[in-house]
Amino acid sequence: MDFQLTADQRALRDGTRELLAGRFGRERLRAAVEEPALDRALWRELGAAGFFALRLPEADGGVGLGLPEAVLVFEEAGRALLPGPLVACQLLAGAVDGVAAGEKIVGLCEAERDPVLWEHPAECDELILVEEGAGRGGAGPGGGLRGAHGRTGGAYRSAQDRVVCAPFASIDPLTPLARVMDLPRAAPLALDAPRLRREAALLTAAQQLGSAARTVEMAVGHAREREQFGVPIGSFQAVKHLCAQMLVRAEIARSAVYVASVTECVLDVAAAKLLADEAAVGNARDCLQVHGGMGFTWEADVHLHLKRAWLRAERWGVAREAEELLAAGLID
Amino acid sequence: MDLTYTPEEEDFRARLRAWLGEVLPRLPAKPAATDWPGRRAYDTAWQRMLYDAGYAGLHWPRDAGGQGATPTQHLIFLEETERAGAPYVGANFVGLLHAGPTLAVEGSAAQRVRWLPPILRGDEIWCQGFSEPDAGSDLAALRTRAVRDGDSYVVSGSKIWTSHAEVADWCELLVRTDPAAPRHRGISWLAMPMDAPGVTVRPLRTLAGSAEFAEMFLDEVRVPVGNRVGAENDGWRVTMVTLSFERGTAFVGEVVACRRVLGALARAARANGRWDDAVLRRRLGRLHAELAALWRLIQWNVSEATGAPPGAGRRGNGGGVPGAGGSVFKLRYSHVRQELYDTAAEVLGAGALDADHEWIADRLSSLSYTIAAGTSQIQRNIVAERILGLPKGR
Repeated sequence: MDFQLTADQRALRDGTRELLAGRFGRERLRAAVEEPALDRALWRELGAAGFFALRLPEADGGVGLGLPEAVLVFEEAGRALLPGPLVACQLLAGAVDGVAAGEKIVGLCEAERDPVLWEHPAECDELILVEEGAGRGGAGPGGGLRGAHGRTGGAYRSAQDRVVCAPFASIDPLTPLARVMDLPRAAPLALDAPRLRREAALLTAAQQLGSAARTVEMAVGHAREREQFGVPIGSFQAVKHLCAQMLVRAEIARSAVYVASVTECVLDVAAAKLLADEAAVGNARDCLQVHGGMGFTWEADVHLHLKRAWLRAERWGVAREAEELLAAGLID
Repeated sequence: MDLTYTPEEEDFRARLRAWLGEVLPRLPAKPAATDWPGRRAYDTAWQRMLYDAGYAGLHWPRDAGGQGATPTQHLIFLEETERAGAPYVGANFVGLLHAGPTLAVEGSAAQRVRWLPPILRGDEIWCQGFSEPDAGSDLAALRTRAVRDGDSYVVSGSKIWTSHAEVADWCELLVRTDPAAPRHRGISWLAMPMDAPGVTVRPLRTLAGSAEFAEMFLDEVRVPVGNRVGAENDGWRVTMVTLSFERGTAFVGEVVACRRVLGALARAARANGRWDDAVLRRRLGRLHAELAALWRLIQWNVSEATGAPPGAGRRGNGGGVPGAGGSVFKLRYSHVRQELYDTAAEVLGAGALDADHEWIADRLSSLSYTIAAGTSQIQRNIVAERILGLPKGR
């Protein structure tokens, strides 16, 4: 057993970090806050770099890698706070033409949520709706089972302009949201809905992990630099202990996320999402605290991490659902 | 990220499982928690069985009497013995997990020959003489003096929280050999015979009711200079070696045990109706995630120890941060363990007032986890200063 990154996986992670640092650095991030339209050129560049086609077979023009590699790449996206329907485009790269290359942008939303929220509505060419089949895991590949609400479980695609939606004021300035009021279920997509949900939860957790790790660095960096009472605030035990707890959260989440990427087990994914949500939200809060008054300003990036972490925590398996699932898993 | 075990590892697991199935039914009855001589006899008998079967000091180097097994095999050993309900390391704890590994790394050839085989056979029990009444977590403030007199050190002072002192044959003792040196520099690591004249042991009763540890008074105890491990005044470095073992795999079996208890809690809650409480159910679910992640963190740390050269920073959460190891694990685990047994009390309701209930005895003992082996506050300082590189200070 060697539960460590391979040399190739480390190279992939480092390469992704470099690419994102070069193309989506701090200036670009702050510009995106002011102007949330997605950078289509960057999207195509990500497509060309294999960001979306990562898991497609090489015969289909993909990179032929697996879920662990996708998790490493999404962890980097989370670190960089890269905006956009990244999870949707990664998961639908093989199912909707043009997505793999970054030419087309698709959104993905869960039918069971209330409200049904759509990320980046104005930027998406299509929206894909995922519905639970009859009972947990009932929808096999292709879906097509009768759903709990008399609807058909599975996935449906709709052109952007066919979706009826209402404005929704998103908490995250980097993720515009719309409330989906009605969506035509005319064009079913042959997708394994339970698997899609599981992978969406895991890739979301991976971004939470990246954000959690990044806010540790931000807090530590600030605590080393910022002086109060004539010394760096990082020399105060109260500040040290905040930073230490942040690292503990991130490392626990890392173990959970990495392992779920290997096992793909439902319970492992639920644990990964739960712990990564906690790490991202908790760390962003503590990072804000370490930054003091500066952390409360719009100019600091900390609030962007916190707001995105809150948003991701509400997507693809919220704490209540994960905990119930894990509790049920103790009984079998 | 490969979680599959090699055929050799699977084979090792199968053989171990078969052996455990054969020998565990033959074990004598477990003694009462307060019966220390009985506990010593029970724990050392188990150690002897391990020794005879070739499982003692499994991952120790062969020239230290061990089997030279890989860290992963050691992990499997800890997992399987716990899963099978084999005895806890018990009175052998300090010898096997602290003194032995330290002697294996830092001891002279003669010292290894003298002390390691009896530890592995279960013939000799060790205790830990590190903490003092005025030097608990601030270990470098220790004041027990050792003055050179010919071939001996003459040791005077006192120690506290000395686990297993009542039944120990040897003590890994930290003493101050140079009072003039800076506080970390004047310390030496001695192996002190517990039957030496001048050693007085007074058991301390814990809040759990048992006498796990003791106060120890040292009145001009003569310890041969040959019992010093490492150079004179180099004891702090030797001690850090000891502590790295303490925070390494010492908790592996416990995490397996906690996962077993958690399953039992869920079933008990189902049986007594507490399961209908969504708040309790969600707590159980969260603990499931926590303990699973802690188990994976152990696997990660063991893989890291197996593969990468030290300091290669394979964990790679950026910025040259080295692998986050034992302190990170210990911080989270000690708190999760307390939450687990608090949840057990919730499942039991008024039954939680029964001090004889196994879960309640463990609830009481879990209170020591955020204190022993470096308090959570000390661990946070270690993480902040040594891993995150924050400046020293107050």
